[in-house]
Amino acid sequence: MSLVHVTTKVNGDEAEFLCEPRETLLDCLRDRLGFTGSKEGCGTGDCGACSVTIDGRLVSSCLVLGVEAEGKDIRTIEGMAQGDELHPLQRKFIEHAALQCGFCTPGILVAAKALLEKDPDPSEEDIRYWLAGNLCRCTGYDKIVRAVQDAAKEMREDA
Amino acid sequence: MRYHKPASFAQAIDIANTSEGITRFLAGGTDVLVQLRADIVSPDDLIDIKHISGVREIGKTPQGGYDIGIAVSGAEMSEHGALGADWPGLVEAMDLIGSTQVQGRATLVGNLCNGSPAADSVPAMIAAGVTLTVEGPNGAREVKVEDIPAGPGKTTLGKGEMITSVHVPARKENGGDAYLRFIPRTEMDIAVVGCGVNLRLEGDKIVEARVALGAVAPKAALVPEAAEALIGTTLDDAALAALAKAAQAACQPINDKRGTIEFRTDVAGVLAQRAAKIAYARAKGETK
Repeated sequence: MSLVHVTTKVNGDEAEFLCEPRETLLDCLRDRLGFTGSKEGCGTGDCGACSVTIDGRLVSSCLVLGVEAEGKDIRTIEGMAQGDELHPLQRKFIEHAALQCGFCTPGILVAAKALLEKDPDPSEEDIRYWLAGNLCRCTGYDKIVRAVQDAAKEMREDA
Repeated sequence: MRYHKPASFAQAIDIANTSEGITRFLAGGTDVLVQLRADIVSPDDLIDIKHISGVREIGKTPQGGYDIGIAVSGAEMSEHGALGADWPGLVEAMDLIGSTQVQGRATLVGNLCNGSPAADSVPAMIAAGVTLTVEGPNGAREVKVEDIPAGPGKTTLGKGEMITSVHVPARKENGGDAYLRFIPRTEMDIAVVGCGVNLRLEGDKIVEARVALGAVAPKAALVPEAAEALIGTTLDDAALAALAKAAQAACQPINDKRGTIEFRTDVAGVLAQRAAKIAYARAKGETK
């Protein structure tokens, strides 16, 4: 199997890797580039643990091929904090204890950030529908929703 | 597996037509990649059609309809204000498919060509009277959406053929559409029954109607008898009763863990009535 050379951008930085055509973007991020923040839960686009954005659009990276990343702008959980300074969503998730095992957290943070960029003041219902594709088996979701609401409030006030 | 990025439909068709193995077209990949990763379908040639000019665009036609590119995602359809204002049922049906993440990639044509009898966008497209341009080694033809499904996982497309554009007709005055599905939960599930209704009124009277059902037969289908039950009426109780009866008569569902034959048949009538009421209110301009 001949490998394909892919040049892309991850969190604003140029990145390149070699991959087989059938490798997912998730596997390329994790195994070829070392970005292990995105997780594989189901591998079939049902759980959202592998959420990333491509050219600003929220997707499941397990349902994208690595070769499709050519020339794209990929954003992952690794690009969320600015150095040591956590993103407001990350801080609020800690404050509200919106995680237990943490496996779903990177995907939920990436998805929630995409929501707040689209709608800075989402209703609880908006948040629950937007995050319906991000499964969490620990928290029961209430703390996650409250953390997103609180982060949204803070970000609106600081804007 | 060979991965191709053709720059034109002609190249894509040539690759598909000359391939000696299994080919798949890749747009959003929300079905193709699941099947690929699970070793259900292992394509020899995977043809990524997203680099063909125009496939990511929604354009208004001179007649007032819309041409939707074959790689336009559900999210892009939902964000397009005019399309949703004219065809709310069609856009809502597409929006019901999967999660936010899936919406970022999934396409109308992918939903159609995956061949699931339960595909949500398909009854809505059929009710709306959507047509498709199909191109292949023997030239181009225009095809109605209802003529594409050939049974679970099968389409009527021949070797080397592909859908190259989706044509949504102009929304005429006093028209409205709606799509409803039944699922046992509130989000992210496969339709047990789906129903699309598209109406046009003169005054209070229905003068044009199209009704389509999904998930209650081997393929989504237009139900002309259900439309006839509505035409000439003001959607009174007698018309609603006749609609439900016609919709139920068109059902040939399977029994499975998500719904029995009796349940699916009953729900088909109920959903047809509810979708007709929503489409009627939209046609009257009472709701969006």
